[in-house]
Amino acid sequence: MLHNFTTQFWPNTIDGLAIGAIYALIALGYTMVYGVMRLINFAHGEIFMIGTFASLAVMNLVGFQAPLGGLALVGVFVLCLAGSMAASGGAAVALEFIAYRPLRKHGSPRIAALIAAIGASLFLQELFAQIVVPKIFAPGHGRDFIGTPRLMNKETLFSIGNGVVRNDKLLVIIAAIVMMILLDFFVNKTKVGRGIRATSMDPQTATLMGVNINQIVMLTFLVGGVMAGAAGLFYVLVFEVTKYTIGFILGIKAFTAAVMGGIGNLRGALLGGFILGLIENWGASVTGSEWKDVIAFSVLVLILLFRPTGILGESLQQARA
Amino acid sequence: MSTANASRGANPLRRIGAAYDRMRDRWAVAPAWLRWIVYILCIGIVLLPSSEAVSDFLAPESGMVVWFFPVGIYILLALGLNVVIGHAGLLDLGYVAFFAIGAYAMAILGVKFGWDFWAILPAGILIAAVSGILLGAPTLRLRGDYLAIVTLGFGEIIRIIAVNTGYLGKSNGIPNIPTPPSIAGVQIGDLDVFGYKLLALDPRPFYYLLVALCVVTIIFVRRLQKSRVGRAWTALREDEDAAEVMGVPTFRFKLLSFAIGASIGGAAGVMYATATQFVVPDNFQFMLSATILAGVVLGGAGNIPGVIIGAFLVGWLPERFRALQDYRVMIFGAALVLMMALRPEGLLPSRTRKSELAEGTGGMGSLGAEVAGPTQTAPEVGE
Repeated sequence: MLHNFTTQFWPNTIDGLAIGAIYALIALGYTMVYGVMRLINFAHGEIFMIGTFASLAVMNLVGFQAPLGGLALVGVFVLCLAGSMAASGGAAVALEFIAYRPLRKHGSPRIAALIAAIGASLFLQELFAQIVVPKIFAPGHGRDFIGTPRLMNKETLFSIGNGVVRNDKLLVIIAAIVMMILLDFFVNKTKVGRGIRATSMDPQTATLMGVNINQIVMLTFLVGGVMAGAAGLFYVLVFEVTKYTIGFILGIKAFTAAVMGGIGNLRGALLGGFILGLIENWGASVTGSEWKDVIAFSVLVLILLFRPTGILGESLQQARA
Repeated sequence: MSTANASRGANPLRRIGAAYDRMRDRWAVAPAWLRWIVYILCIGIVLLPSSEAVSDFLAPESGMVVWFFPVGIYILLALGLNVVIGHAGLLDLGYVAFFAIGAYAMAILGVKFGWDFWAILPAGILIAAVSGILLGAPTLRLRGDYLAIVTLGFGEIIRIIAVNTGYLGKSNGIPNIPTPPSIAGVQIGDLDVFGYKLLALDPRPFYYLLVALCVVTIIFVRRLQKSRVGRAWTALREDEDAAEVMGVPTFRFKLLSFAIGASIGGAAGVMYATATQFVVPDNFQFMLSATILAGVVLGGAGNIPGVIIGAFLVGWLPERFRALQDYRVMIFGAALVLMMALRPEGLLPSRTRKSELAEGTGGMGSLGAEVAGPTQTAPEVGE
């Protein structure tokens, strides 16, 4: 048991950071939306799922045979990223417009939004299982795992201990950190970002100060969706598989990551994602990988018990009453 | 909420609510004999589905078994979840866990220990209640959203434990669960009222047992709602801090609502396991929690007739429209979104609940309107 932990420490650390980066990118969407609207956007996992399928669609459109290299790889990668970000971002904005905006206008209770989110989540899953996947990707296999083509050769760059650092995993980790820095800059340093922070602190006063709340909310969903789209591409890049339900469990884990870091806190999402990925993989080496999800949720419960506001505290900007 | 009042009447769903409100006013002053007639009528309506003709009309493609599962079980689960969500205002997304605990209690005690159904029923209820307290004790100090996600995690943990544990049959589950002991000789027409054989062969005895369980639950919950406990729940749902200041031990009452909700879920689980004689972890997916929650909120959280109708609809509609089998979950999802846009308080909301929502200070808080007090409206600029 513990023997596995020590011998597999480095491989698990690298895997944990790679999946943690993906959790972190999805967690951003939860954290942004929660920060601005105090709403758990339960359909966010499906936004991520749409991102995985969108990148697969772009790959199919480009239609390469073997894994790419050099400039071709960069070009296709950027195309895929643009495609998945556009699809996920668009879906997130549409979701806000169709499912949440009417509720917001009526000042509906949060539980109504939660039910609407669950409804939207079911709708999107079934839409892919019944129509999108059978029609476009794999006729007759709407409910199966869909393999995706290998975009880049997976090479070992270097190793730490007995852990092998593969290029795709490193790319994902670095990309997540870079995107986080960009987003942090956007929220903290730009004028629109100030609007987001103002809305998050006090929507009414923000309105009085001339902030257009509807625009800010839409933008928040867009940014969250774009990040989830990127996560979708990275997931496909590393794991080379997707499915219509893939957003469910990843969505919950990403939410766990967001809560762990302190929901509403952008840097917390990154930290929470990495920590969750690490703990999950380290724990699984002790207990066996079938208990991975139990470990993740138990960690969540423990963190909430001892530090309910998460590791970094919950706020887009500062502590709230 | 001036917008909500202005649009009343324009929306057909609101007209249902208005008609229901008038009915409720009359009910409040109805004499005892009228009430008893209505009660007996209700029981009569509930017994109707067991006739072939009614069943063929209401669920032509799935037959009578539908009235036991999903409809009956959903209603019992919704009654239990309503205690947690509707009365105490706690958002529980892992309610299916207690259903699973009840079902596995029935399976283990019945198969491995050879207990009788009538012994297991209270045991299962007790086990579920204890697990509700075990889950609630550490987590109920958390705020609403955190509680939601922790309970969701708990629901998944219970299912994964069932999948991974050899003693619980892993993903193959536990077969050959005993049915309740039959009592021969009590016959009405062609029916052995206490003849518990196979659910597929004759679901009626199980259905009647479930109806009895539901009736007991309704009476119990109703009495509770009207007692000191119910008033404490209302207080802590509307304003937890104020309730605490007024001397309501909020934590203890939250725990109590969790335990009662869990025990009702456990009872449903025991009933389900003994009737289907077979449990597998796949029966206890998050989807079930979501469906029951949808039923409670669709019908109108906090109001027992509303909750029953909501659970009936989410159980029955997909069975009735089996022709649309492939698309029914999709339609269900879209319907939830639409329903929330048109009438977020549910079909037949409880009156106190509705006024809370109108103030924008309901127990769950409002979207983008937290800061709005009773005299203010939700921020709504830029339209």
